[in-house]
Amino acid sequence: MKASNGEALKSTGTNPNTNIVNSFYSSSVRAIRTSIGWRAIPVFIATLVLIPVGTVVSSLFAPAGDVWQHLVETTLAELLVNTFWLAVGVSLGTALLGVSLAWFTAVCDFPGRGFFSWALLLPLAIPAYVFAFVALGLFDYVGPVQTGLRTWLQSDLVWFPNVRSRLGVIVVMVLAFYPYVYLLARNAFLTQGKRSLEAAQSLGFGSIQGFFKLSLPMARPWIAGGVMLALMETLADFGTVAVFNYDTFTTAIYKAWFGMFSLAAASQLASVLIVIVFVVILVEQRTRSGMRYAETRQSARIDRIRLSGWRAWSIAALASVTLFLAFVLPVSQLGIWAASVFARDFDQRYLEFLWHSLLLSAVAAVLTCGFALLMVYSVRRHPDRLTGAAVRISTIGYALPGAVLAVGIFIPVAWLDNQLSEMARRLFDFHSGLILQGTLVTMLIAYLTRFLAVSYNPIDSAMHRITPSIDEAARGLGLTGWAALRRVHLPILKGGIFTAASLVFVDVMKEMPITLMTRPFGWDTLAVRIFEMTSEGEWEQAALPAVTLVFAGLLPIIFFMRQAEK
Amino acid sequence: MNTLLELRYIRHAYGQQTVVEDLSFTLEKGAIGCLLGPSGCGKTTVLRSIIGFEPISAGEILLNGVVISNASFCLPPEQRHVGMVFQDYALFPHLTVRGNVGFGLHRVGKVERAARITDMLDTVGLTHDAEKYPHQLSGGQQQRVALARALAPRPDLLLLDEPFSNLDVTLRARLSLEVRHILKSQNATAILVTHDQEEAFAIADQIGVMHQGQIQQWDTAYNLYHKPANRFVADFIGEGVFVPGKMLDPDHVEIELGILQGEVAHHCCPACRQCRSGGSVDVLIRPDDIVHDDGSPIRAAVMHKAFRGADILYTLRLPGGSTALSLVPSHHNHPIGEKIGIRLEADHVVAFSRQV
Repeated sequence: MKASNGEALKSTGTNPNTNIVNSFYSSSVRAIRTSIGWRAIPVFIATLVLIPVGTVVSSLFAPAGDVWQHLVETTLAELLVNTFWLAVGVSLGTALLGVSLAWFTAVCDFPGRGFFSWALLLPLAIPAYVFAFVALGLFDYVGPVQTGLRTWLQSDLVWFPNVRSRLGVIVVMVLAFYPYVYLLARNAFLTQGKRSLEAAQSLGFGSIQGFFKLSLPMARPWIAGGVMLALMETLADFGTVAVFNYDTFTTAIYKAWFGMFSLAAASQLASVLIVIVFVVILVEQRTRSGMRYAETRQSARIDRIRLSGWRAWSIAALASVTLFLAFVLPVSQLGIWAASVFARDFDQRYLEFLWHSLLLSAVAAVLTCGFALLMVYSVRRHPDRLTGAAVRISTIGYALPGAVLAVGIFIPVAWLDNQLSEMARRLFDFHSGLILQGTLVTMLIAYLTRFLAVSYNPIDSAMHRITPSIDEAARGLGLTGWAALRRVHLPILKGGIFTAASLVFVDVMKEMPITLMTRPFGWDTLAVRIFEMTSEGEWEQAALPAVTLVFAGLLPIIFFMRQAEK
Repeated sequence: MNTLLELRYIRHAYGQQTVVEDLSFTLEKGAIGCLLGPSGCGKTTVLRSIIGFEPISAGEILLNGVVISNASFCLPPEQRHVGMVFQDYALFPHLTVRGNVGFGLHRVGKVERAARITDMLDTVGLTHDAEKYPHQLSGGQQQRVALARALAPRPDLLLLDEPFSNLDVTLRARLSLEVRHILKSQNATAILVTHDQEEAFAIADQIGVMHQGQIQQWDTAYNLYHKPANRFVADFIGEGVFVPGKMLDPDHVEIELGILQGEVAHHCCPACRQCRSGGSVDVLIRPDDIVHDDGSPIRAAVMHKAFRGADILYTLRLPGGSTALSLVPSHHNHPIGEKIGIRLEADHVVAFSRQV
């Protein structure tokens, strides 16, 4: 529209009739061309997601190799059982802990409520695998807790639970992932306000009955959403289970690839995992559709149920214990370890790990935000079915476990590499060797597919604030094109872009399996260093990189809390 | 007629700030009462005290002759059998209309429950929307669901907190009549809280005008308008201006436009001689007390006019300089500045001793 007007105005000077017609054609051709350009972006990214998925899923039907046969006979059953119990345990645990803490901090009043309501989010800053190795270092047989107790009680501590167990992994993951449920459920309870409880009371329900009959069912989509997030993190997790030697699909993929050197078997394992993940995604999307009906109008005045006496104090105790175990204890232990090895470990190599991590994170953040912006604009320009479907596919990458993505992207890249070097050899008689493999390209593509959704959502919701009437108002005031983009869109989108970039930045920094499996040889990051040290039980040596990650993870959380307080 | 609800000298305070003080009224079974007042006057607090969301710090509240609230006791809301329609309706978004209406019917059998839901949906005219979710309904329909939900368990008393404030003006007028009809057909006793007097007049049998945490007057709409108990009520209800006047004797007041005769509803202490004869008073003149009459010798200049369809509300300057309002059929269209003939036509007098 805009282009054709401009062209028409310019051309009226010379030869009105023909030129208008010409410019009309040329501009409409251009419009079609740009519309194809805009549509191509989401389709391109969707393809980028579909390639690894397709690669992995197709290996589901590939002929079973020897390694696969061996795996089926020996470990597959165990992997399935392990994954199943882990999923069940973490879902139940996060739901129970997350919902109860959310309810108490949102609706009740108890000593320290204001502090706990934000502090309980802090564990989000600690990667689950960091948590895992701290827990092992502290509570394992040779750890300070058991050693201390043994000397103090003069006993063998046969009753002390084995930390390296299924229950141990579940407890660690629940403490690491409950904030997802907490955050969403709390939001739901806050928006419900006390009003709905009052409505239930006016219809003859007591407040406990009201909670179970009303508040809980009303918050169900959010609670389910939070549990689904925790569950996907659990399925995608590599570092935690690796530390605990608790075999799941992600560690099995790694072992098949780098231990048995069978990319095919790794891909077949990945295909089983992806089927499980897809089931979870299906459930998740259904619960999400349930969130639509619920209005999110914050009730004007939140007045809370005032608790006192033992009730108030036991809730405060629950919150304190959670916060202590999930944040204070691991951070203090990390601090102690890091301090003890600082003089030795803070060296050239550490700085190199740090530099690699920062570089990767920054590039990935810019890349994902750039693509997310392009996608958001193409949705705005062409909100049709094709674009919608492409966007939905593109943002599903966040659900794909990093180990799966690593395999699914490495295989086609290796294939492409072979084709390219074959071509180079034939055409130019030139032995190129590997072109793409072992470069950062593979890694960045994997990051892009995995974290696009993370950057897409904040930018998309910022874009929703730019209503069509804002565009029209800008145009009415004489701003079009770049000027409108710079003076109207950019200032409104700025916050969303910043949020997106910082989230991706931290996520990439913490990311372990993709980095581990697709990095150029010897190109280590903080996360890789943690993996290598913890797999040898060197907790202290993993502490300094871990502290760095925790600090990085704290920054966006503190930022968002300050944002929320405003 | 027997008394259903009685409030005796209740007091409510949020911390240091007293919101309601010494407030009393009674409501008969089957009557519709209304608390009317500007925002912040404490009317919603009274409502929340009656249902038990707010404890009171003095006085007592009796329902069916039983104390349900006093300074040391507050029966939980769910045991009071008092229903409420919330300002924002507070419909349950995860339940259908049927689910919402049936929500409070948890103590009755399945068959009876279904019958009651059908009955209520029929009463509020939402039979065909039973399976819809609240977000699929218009504002007026949501309002009716809220009403049906609150009425379904047959509460002893129904409270309505600004029930029409989220609706547009035309819908408000229609729905308020409809709600009165529904309440009467269900034989419900109800208290409405609003700041809109037309709404109060349309629904309520008895209205309490509230100001600064106290009921200024508890009366019928007619009496509030024509026999206001004090200056606040006179000012708040309807339109009108005060003009200076002088008491001639207990039945006659002289103002600029002539002598008003009739029962003088002046409000001062009964023993005050000065008010009864010779005292200076302010006389409330309503727009309908002054009639346009071309033949009248009294001429007043048009200062301002507001067209209202059937009538025009003229603001007039009287010869002596004071201001008065007059409601005139709208075909008497006079330009601003013109002097028009007016005549006093009031059959009762409202006067307050002169404010110094």
